[in-house]
Amino acid sequence: MTVVNVQKDTEALTMTITAEFDAPIKRVWQLWEDPRQLERWWGPPTYPATVTAHDMTPGGGVSYFMTGPDGEKPHGYWRILEVDEPKGLAFENGLADDSGDPTPNTPSMIIRVVLSEQPEGVTRMAIESTFPTVEAMEMFLTMGMQEGMTGAVSQIDALL
Amino acid sequence: MVVDIKIRKKSDDLFHALADSTRRSIIRHTFEREHSVSDLARFYPMSFAAVQKHVAILERAELVTKRRSGREQLVRGNVLAVREALELLEQMEEVWRSRIDRMDQILAEDPKEGVMK
Repeated sequence: MTVVNVQKDTEALTMTITAEFDAPIKRVWQLWEDPRQLERWWGPPTYPATVTAHDMTPGGGVSYFMTGPDGEKPHGYWRILEVDEPKGLAFENGLADDSGDPTPNTPSMIIRVVLSEQPEGVTRMAIESTFPTVEAMEMFLTMGMQEGMTGAVSQIDALL
Repeated sequence: MVVDIKIRKKSDDLFHALADSTRRSIIRHTFEREHSVSDLARFYPMSFAAVQKHVAILERAELVTKRRSGREQLVRGNVLAVREALELLEQMEEVWRSRIDRMDQILAEDPKEGVMK
């Protein structure tokens, strides 16, 4: 199993997932640093991501859009808060309009990534997602993370 | 989407209710045991009426239930409703689990640093 730990805090509205990879830390960092690799894992095959701008420096950001099965293209952004290559980064992730600007009055979440070297060439990655409010969490999940829902919905569709 | 609509309908009141720290605190207190509204009012720097209002919002969202005992109104937390917040975090977990699976796949294809650059 790659995922070694998951912690959820319903009061702090935080979900932390920790995984271990059989790869050096600098290699794992590239998953975040290289936009072509990032777009291969950010969205699932049914909702692939296309990264249109990628500046991983504090104050910089990442712009992307997803392409849904019906052709819809929800846009999103990252605003980079902290970078400590290759040990981690923190960014704000939210919904964007078609030109990539953050959509006003929509929720964003803070994502913190911490990479650490473990014995035998293993790299541990902890990803902490924090929502400002439960409302934000709900809005994000229903509006901004359609990719995560696609599987569930197609399963329901298959049952009907 | 089916799931979206279901979640949204169920949760409008719920999320409004949970978005306030006093109300979240009331839920915590009333999970442990029943409290009267006047009991609860002692925990917070606000009036009895203000606490009563918070309790009413929580009751509407079915986060707490209220019953009358003599002159007192006793409030008890509803564990099931709070579980919905957990379900949302579980959806987040699923999103990240599948992302991590894909990361693993990419690393398996190109295990060495610099290959994809």
